[in-house]
Amino acid sequence: MVVLDLVLNALATGLMLGSIYALLALGLAITFGILHIPNVAHPAIVIAGAYAVVMTNRYGVDPVLAAVLWMIPFYMLGILFYEFYARSFESRGGGNTLQSLTLFFGASLVIEVALVVAYGTDLRSVSVGYVGSSLRLGFVAIPYRFLIPALITPVVVFLLWLYLTRTNVGLAIRAVAHDERAVSVSGVNPAAIKRHAFGIATALAVIAGAALVITGPIDPFAGRIHIGRVFAVVVLAGMGTIPGTLAAGIIIGIAESLVMSFMSPSWAPGVAFAILLATLALKPTGLFGAGR
Amino acid sequence: MKMTRFIIVALLVFATGLMLPKVVSNPYYFYAGYVVLQYVVIATGWNILGGYAGYTNFGSSAFFGAGAYMAAFLFKALGVSIFVQILGACVVGMLLGLATGYLTLRIQGVYFAIATVALVIVLETLVHNTEYLGGASGMTHLADPAPAWFGGQTQYVFCIMLGLAVAAVVLARWIEVSWIGRGFRAIRASEPAAEASGVPTLKLKLLACALSGGVMAAAGAPYPTYTSYLDPVSAFSLLIGLNALAMPLIGGTRSWLGPVIGAVLLASVQQLATVTISSEFNILAVGLVLIAFVVAAPEGLLGLRFRSRAA
Amino acid sequence: MRLTRRHFTKLGVAASAGLAAPAIWTKGSFAQSDKIRVGCSASLTGPLSGTKNMVIGYELWRDDVNAAGGLLGKEVELIVYDDQSSPSNAPAIYSKLVDVDQVDFLFTPYGANLTATIMPFAQQRDRFIVGILTLASNDKLKHDKFFQAAPWGPDGATNWARGFFDIAERDGVKKMAILAADTEFSKTAAEGGRRVSEEMGMEVVDFQMYPPTNRDFSAILRNIKAAEPEAVFVCSYPADSTAILRGIQEIGLNDSVRLFGGGMVGPQYASLMENLGPALNGVVNFHLYVPEPTLKFEGIENFLSRYEPIAKQQQVDPLGFYIPPFTYAAGQLISAAVEATGSIDQAEVSQWLHANPVETVVGQINFDEIGNWTERRVLMVQFQGVDDSGLDQFRQAGKEVVIDPADYASGELIPFADARKA
Repeated sequence: MVVLDLVLNALATGLMLGSIYALLALGLAITFGILHIPNVAHPAIVIAGAYAVVMTNRYGVDPVLAAVLWMIPFYMLGILFYEFYARSFESRGGGNTLQSLTLFFGASLVIEVALVVAYGTDLRSVSVGYVGSSLRLGFVAIPYRFLIPALITPVVVFLLWLYLTRTNVGLAIRAVAHDERAVSVSGVNPAAIKRHAFGIATALAVIAGAALVITGPIDPFAGRIHIGRVFAVVVLAGMGTIPGTLAAGIIIGIAESLVMSFMSPSWAPGVAFAILLATLALKPTGLFGAGR
Repeated sequence: MKMTRFIIVALLVFATGLMLPKVVSNPYYFYAGYVVLQYVVIATGWNILGGYAGYTNFGSSAFFGAGAYMAAFLFKALGVSIFVQILGACVVGMLLGLATGYLTLRIQGVYFAIATVALVIVLETLVHNTEYLGGASGMTHLADPAPAWFGGQTQYVFCIMLGLAVAAVVLARWIEVSWIGRGFRAIRASEPAAEASGVPTLKLKLLACALSGGVMAAAGAPYPTYTSYLDPVSAFSLLIGLNALAMPLIGGTRSWLGPVIGAVLLASVQQLATVTISSEFNILAVGLVLIAFVVAAPEGLLGLRFRSRAA
Repeated sequence: MRLTRRHFTKLGVAASAGLAAPAIWTKGSFAQSDKIRVGCSASLTGPLSGTKNMVIGYELWRDDVNAAGGLLGKEVELIVYDDQSSPSNAPAIYSKLVDVDQVDFLFTPYGANLTATIMPFAQQRDRFIVGILTLASNDKLKHDKFFQAAPWGPDGATNWARGFFDIAERDGVKKMAILAADTEFSKTAAEGGRRVSEEMGMEVVDFQMYPPTNRDFSAILRNIKAAEPEAVFVCSYPADSTAILRGIQEIGLNDSVRLFGGGMVGPQYASLMENLGPALNGVVNFHLYVPEPTLKFEGIENFLSRYEPIAKQQQVDPLGFYIPPFTYAAGQLISAAVEATGSIDQAEVSQWLHANPVETVVGQINFDEIGNWTERRVLMVQFQGVDDSGLDQFRQAGKEVVIDPADYASGELIPFADARKA
């Protein structure tokens, strides 16, 4: 009975953690998974989004609502950022891995410093009514602090999936990823489509930021510990599959949670990456990805 | 320049370096110089795989950290000299390189970069959970006193690092002019094409991984002696991985000289900025320099030079 | 390959020019001895940058000394470099301070990890150095010119949190659970805690370590609940401290737990105190200074009132109870010793500090032979009656009540569960 209790609780925790990981990785699933841009700065953008949410929350605005409001400015910023990236790279036929990784890494350093200068280095958090209480289902207790952000993910994933598979623009985004030249022949401007997709990815970072800061306090450097994990989620899912991202996040979350409960918490950070290494070695296309 | 002449010049540089402790009295320049040389070794090692063969390794700190921990382990367990420590680190680095090569046989580009990041975290977790290596707390490493001739531990490790740097550059240069380098370049240009025209791409890739890993691990070996303390967070720091790829990028990845120039430039600027700007603007400067180089000089400083000559 | 050779020559020339320069610079800096230089690194960026408010303590001390005419008639100059929270930067910075800037006195960086890289250096060079909240940095080396600013007391490494166990013993606790982050500071404290519990005849019913990046404590708290302890000794860092306290709100603890806390870093920081509010109630945790009537040291209130506006402007911890008074006191150690001996000689100053008590804003300090406080004055304070009203409540007495050491006690312990109901 005690073991069952622990397993159920570990599963519930893992499910929620994983769902939040997926939300963090969702923007990257677009930039990296669909557009093939290795945006290492994504976690830093998420933290920037979280700060935006924290600042709005000071006026009593609910963090999730604040995030939705901030999506538009971040979409614009994403477009500008992409424009800069495209002008420096795409014009000469796309940068190689080394160059784009370095560029985005530089960008994430700049974002971190900007946050330090603007808001100092203290830990920041949001105040919402439901933090500190939990939902009890039998002997499983689920903190709202994790439950709310975890519930956002399926909603966002569903909307994004609808958008990418049921609208013309969404289809165009996926088409650009598949064969850019064919798209331009059909009269769509691939550059504009990519810019739009990058903007959406950046806007999603705010939602992820809100989710992250509801679960616990953040500082300007908080993105660094997530860089590896978000890439792990995207690669494990298989490039560009949006529902797959959710599943991959949950797999990693549950694995970490089980290791934490039954082995030792100090082994947990290695779990995601052991899974990732195994995936890359055995099935580089990811669990849910089609062949490239 | 012929290889033999190159080696003679390299040895001369090393010999001159050995005289430095007698000439320069201020120890600070050995502290700062050590860091610069350490990055010369790392950047040169990185470039063997990243520059010549075109595989972007984002996890150089896995090799650096493995080397540092191997050295500390050998010292703690057997009390061996720093040269044996370096040798041990080298072997571990090469084995780790081979393992990485095997694990990532089927992947390229960004996937390879991500796999190497994963390697860093797996190793870091491993060290965290190894009581003998100090776990998360780190371990104090009080090395035996340096030979009196050098006048101090830092001067001593500086000279050792200079020796490693010279050896790494000679190795890189040799690879560049030998058939191995031609094979690497073929892989970088197009792996399927190289394979089709009879280049043993698999063996060469494993060789590049092993050599690169061995050199970067060697760079880590004197680190515990230098800081007299070793902890997993700084040994497996993301910033080492970033520097390792930024330096060749800034200098140029096509020849041995690029990483050397990049490492000397960037590491000196970082050392200088630490003791002059010394605030968050330090990191800002590094970020902006990286962006500026990628945008304005994607082939590095050497690339700029060749481009201007071609024009 | 003529191009390559030309490059090589050029590099060589540049290198030799660069290496010739130090000889000149070194000579130059000897000339200025009209100032007394004090130097250190601080974590202005990176994961430890939450501690950068310590610099305000140094700066206020420097300003006070200079306003009063300097030390021995000389102006005090403070040199602070950013170590980016990374131990690998510290050796070169301290060599720069000593060999190029020619500083007269040193402070350590913040914390034990960074300090471990420079203690052998300080000893080899025989330099006077004041430890800034570094735990046990001098236990092995026994450098005779090291002085610890923080009140960890003798055997700080294992005993600094002993007050928590003294309270537990007085309260008749028999079953202890220990939870610690897997880092130097926490781990040493947790191991020390285990030993002390066993000495006191308590059973350690649960001992768990977690990685410092962990943010979800549901599983860990459930394990603790299953062990049914009477006291839980926690060693954690700010972000995980928050997560643990949130976890207790969400999942709850057994009513058997009477004592909770001990070695949590975080509930000393204003931003977390403000955010956690009532979630802190009942926690008994270490602190170095709280504004209780039993701790009215000379100058501390004046110091804090000057600290506040600067902190606000720099967007750092607005309360400043934890580190800044001790960096100010670190400076006072230097000024007291220099003025008493009339010298800046490293050995004379150190001898004086070993032999004489010093009055500082954090009270009187006496040093033992390896530079620790002879008295352990780590406070165990209990959060009582904290509400949602924000930060100002913590500036009054009565919210963080000193329970241990007995000499400074300002109130009575309330069992954990009761304190949370109130």
